[in-house]
Amino acid sequence: MLEFMWSHRAEIATLTLEHFWLVAISIALATTLGLPLGALIHRNVFLKQPILGASNLVQTIPSLALFGLLLPLAWLGERADRLAIVALTLYALLPIIRNTYEGLSGVEPSVTQAARGMGMSDREVLWQVELPLAMPFILAGIRVATVISIGTATIAAAIGAGGLGELIFRGLAMVDNRVILAGAVPAALLALAADGAFGMIERMVRVPRANT
Amino acid sequence: MVASPRSFSLRYMQDRSHSSHSNEVAIEFIAASYATAESGTLVSDLNLKIRGGETMILLGRSGAGKSTTLKLINRMLDPTCGQVRVLGKPTVDWEPTELRRRIGYVIQEIGLFPHWTVARNIETVPRLLGWERQRIATRTNELLQAVGMPAQEFRNRYPHELSGGQRQRVGLARALAADPPILIMDEPFGALDPLTRAEVQYEFRRLQEKLRKTAVIVTHDLVEALTLGDRIAVVEEGKIIGDYSREEFLYAADRVSPAYLDSLRAAEPLLRRLREQPGA
Repeated sequence: MLEFMWSHRAEIATLTLEHFWLVAISIALATTLGLPLGALIHRNVFLKQPILGASNLVQTIPSLALFGLLLPLAWLGERADRLAIVALTLYALLPIIRNTYEGLSGVEPSVTQAARGMGMSDREVLWQVELPLAMPFILAGIRVATVISIGTATIAAAIGAGGLGELIFRGLAMVDNRVILAGAVPAALLALAADGAFGMIERMVRVPRANT
Repeated sequence: MVASPRSFSLRYMQDRSHSSHSNEVAIEFIAASYATAESGTLVSDLNLKIRGGETMILLGRSGAGKSTTLKLINRMLDPTCGQVRVLGKPTVDWEPTELRRRIGYVIQEIGLFPHWTVARNIETVPRLLGWERQRIATRTNELLQAVGMPAQEFRNRYPHELSGGQRQRVGLARALAADPPILIMDEPFGALDPLTRAEVQYEFRRLQEKLRKTAVIVTHDLVEALTLGDRIAVVEEGKIIGDYSREEFLYAADRVSPAYLDSLRAAEPLLRRLREQPGA
């Protein structure tokens, strides 16, 4: 088993890197979209149902089906990795939007009242008070989204987007467990590493106990 | 004015343009009302003048409209009818953030920022105003000193590491940070235990004797009203039913004030009975 992985180390390394980039780009996109959307539904509650509902709906579509459904779209169908990134981004949105919203809503009303009462603009309240206080929640959302994405990204190989899924699908076709594991084990390690890294960041930004 | 041992720390705290008792009206309610669709009329046809350097108490029961009245001053709310003039302009002509930076705001829940140290909390408004670092640092140390919390010991602590009384002192220091001419306080000492409350009240009165801010304080505590106020406005069902000096209040004949005074007098017979019949 280890022997097999060692002899294929170059390919595994390339695919791991591919896998990493698929997930990293998707999460970066999902964060850039999800964070403002979470802040938006916090400020405009009437948008909460439509936006959370839509991102919830995406989650209910099986990932293989979503890859397939996006395939006929002109710009997306052109390149498999592009399509995979869009699909992964869509999946990652829900946990990020929801946690951003929850985090912002969890800020003590007296704290935001004081902030506004002292003459902070809405933007200053958001950046200086609400976001820092919501940060642990937001990071937890990104963390969950990342770990899920690493798993889901293996399926992107089905449409030829590359990543560690290639080995898994090849192993399945060849009925060779060594090949499956050569894809599955690095994917699992990647997920664990991401989880650990986010755990560390979360500890760094932890807010001193919020009980004023 | 009695010289206080801490007065040296107050040397920069007085802003002369606003400090001394002036006859200028700092805050004026002109037939001001506030109503919402859900809650109905919260404040109606309010007329009140608060002069520069004066401490005005809004006394009344919960839900009488005191907090709403206060929020009309710093434009947290806009009057639905009439006008509120602050520092010479109707509040609706003020940019909300600009107005609020000139008004120190203290609330019962204090609302210290839990992710910031004591010093950073106090620096909030000076930083918003873009003061220089050195000026901010000096000012923060001064203020901590002034509210009886040595800067060395407290400036780098977080709010959750403080007692309730200390937090409210920091809240007060934060409200005073940019030397605003006006201070509005919504039941500032309501959440404190009686002994701590008395201490912080004393501290505040001592500060106020020096600073002479125009202060509006909401309370339902008569002792607090009589201790801190120059004048007492009695609020009931969204209206001001009386506006008295402290001395006048003792003989007030509106429909609420006598009851307040009775509640204060009620303690005396109780104490007497306990003294005369121990164990009864």
